[in-house]
Amino acid sequence: MKIKAGIIGLGKMGLSHAAIVNPHPAVDLVGVCDTSSLVLEAFKKFSKIRVYDDYKKLIDTEKPDCLIVASPTKFHYEMVSYALDRGIHTFCEKPFSLTTREGRELVNKATEKGLVNQVGFHNHFIGTFREMKRLLKAGILGELVHFTGEAYGPVVVREKGETWRSDPKEGGGCLFDYASHVINLIQEIIGKPVKASGSQLKKIYSKKVEDAVYCILTLDNGISGVLSVNWSDETYRKMSTSLMVMGKKGKMICDATELKIYLKEANAKENLGKGWTIKYITDLAIPVAFYLRGEEYSAQIDHFVQCVSNKQQTEINSFAQALKTDETIDLIIEDSKR
Amino acid sequence: MQMEKVLFGDNQFFAVNHLSDEKSRAQAIRFKDDSSIIRVLDQAIETGINTFMCTTHDRIGNICNHLRANSEKYRNFKIYPCMPYAHKYANAVTELGIIGTIKQYVPGNFLSTFTKGGVAYLNKDFIKLMEIFIDAEMKMFKGISTPVIFIQNVIVDLILGLGLNVVFKEYDVYIRKKYNAEPGYITMNMPALLDALNSVGIHNPIIASSINKIGFRMSGGKEIYESYLNEKTFRPIAMQVLAAGALRPREAIEYLAGFPKIESVLFGASSKAHIQETKELIEKFMS
Repeated sequence: MKIKAGIIGLGKMGLSHAAIVNPHPAVDLVGVCDTSSLVLEAFKKFSKIRVYDDYKKLIDTEKPDCLIVASPTKFHYEMVSYALDRGIHTFCEKPFSLTTREGRELVNKATEKGLVNQVGFHNHFIGTFREMKRLLKAGILGELVHFTGEAYGPVVVREKGETWRSDPKEGGGCLFDYASHVINLIQEIIGKPVKASGSQLKKIYSKKVEDAVYCILTLDNGISGVLSVNWSDETYRKMSTSLMVMGKKGKMICDATELKIYLKEANAKENLGKGWTIKYITDLAIPVAFYLRGEEYSAQIDHFVQCVSNKQQTEINSFAQALKTDETIDLIIEDSKR
Repeated sequence: MQMEKVLFGDNQFFAVNHLSDEKSRAQAIRFKDDSSIIRVLDQAIETGINTFMCTTHDRIGNICNHLRANSEKYRNFKIYPCMPYAHKYANAVTELGIIGTIKQYVPGNFLSTFTKGGVAYLNKDFIKLMEIFIDAEMKMFKGISTPVIFIQNVIVDLILGLGLNVVFKEYDVYIRKKYNAEPGYITMNMPALLDALNSVGIHNPIIASSINKIGFRMSGGKEIYESYLNEKTFRPIAMQVLAAGALRPREAIEYLAGFPKIESVLFGASSKAHIQETKELIEKFMS
């Protein structure tokens, strides 16, 4: 039997999720919800998917097995809560919650009720980052020394326009939107941040929120490194995220297209020679049945669907992991005020 | 309308490299000036390539100005536009939301007409909105031969995924009527798209999709692609044939030669030697 799914929020990510979920062979997309009459009318006119303008109605009427929440961040808490209370497995877009108190409540609720919970940090479904994580875990770099985590892109490149993204109280800004991806990658691949220092939240074109985030993060394994994120950099065509990790035996540089590995000595077990080895996404991509914008978006939904089918909680992108990212965001905000 | 066997692409000009972000930056630096793009286009023409398949990137507008200003020299030259340049809109949607993006890119006061009329009125105007977007994107090609007009894969696959197949039919009708051109579709989900197009009465469509020996970006797997290439009725264009550089040109083209239905091969290159080599391989194995 197919799993019944609903989607709340039909912005960029919600639409993208809907296009991936709808053709999914194991899922029946029973309803979508948004407050924009323009978007809802388009669905009504051209698609067979049922539309709602009230998320509670969608949940109460369709009684989906699982829900994807892709609304603006400030609504995540109440919507995810409502779904969990009704025993619905939930996928929530990032950033997870506006406050760690709310985030913690959601983690506890999902855990108590034994519901599958996942957050849309899609970089973990890119083959290159996965391979980097695997190789680091295998210890090919020896004792770690330093890291950098970076993301750059052209989201706000001039002074204009205000949406929920330009309001710091609603989870807008480069720290929540862009830097959260990098912080999450650092915590899952290199180590959990425990301290932020020298944090700078810089406004470039935006009036109310930061367009760039720079800081030093210290991790639970003792190493420290640099976080450098800027969404007002038009030298990038689209968001480009990368990690560099340096160890005593070599270093790795990773982005969504390639993993570059430098080793001082060959590693026979991993079949890596001395010096540079490049691994490409063409060899590492996760195969998907339907592609939109990148394998990772389909792969994360496949993973969620599989977890729901098996009623087994994910080890990739759980609410608890997303909460950890939100806690690091708090550390950076606090430090930046110092 | 026959398509040429070899279509010249534009990814290399606009910092699109599926294998390396670093290489894409190097390309952005190399093709900073329009004249450097024109120089490579001229080299492609010298090797006998006369079709340029390109996105509706702002800078293509400058290239079109050059083509119009030298119309005698480029009289056999054709462009297959691919719309829209998606990142322009994607970045705008992140910043401004969907309505904000429409406001920004739709000319005139279309949206105020929209909101004034209310939902009932708006209902029948989605297709009008699509036509306005198409006209806005096509403006830069005025006076240039554009015998095939494509929708980019992000939009095609979004429409496909959401099951809004009727939109394909409206697109098909409008492109034929307004531009006297063949509609084309770029996709990362070729088998599903062909089924969807057939379901709304679009037969023998031009579809550009990844076709390569290692199955890179061939969603659902290589086998189903191969069976569609062998058994179904459509006009395939092969792209990503080198699988972002993972394949050598010769083995890549030899693989394509196994599917006689493939009408054209799309590729981009930055040097005359590469253009020449790939074109010769295509002609040798696929004619």
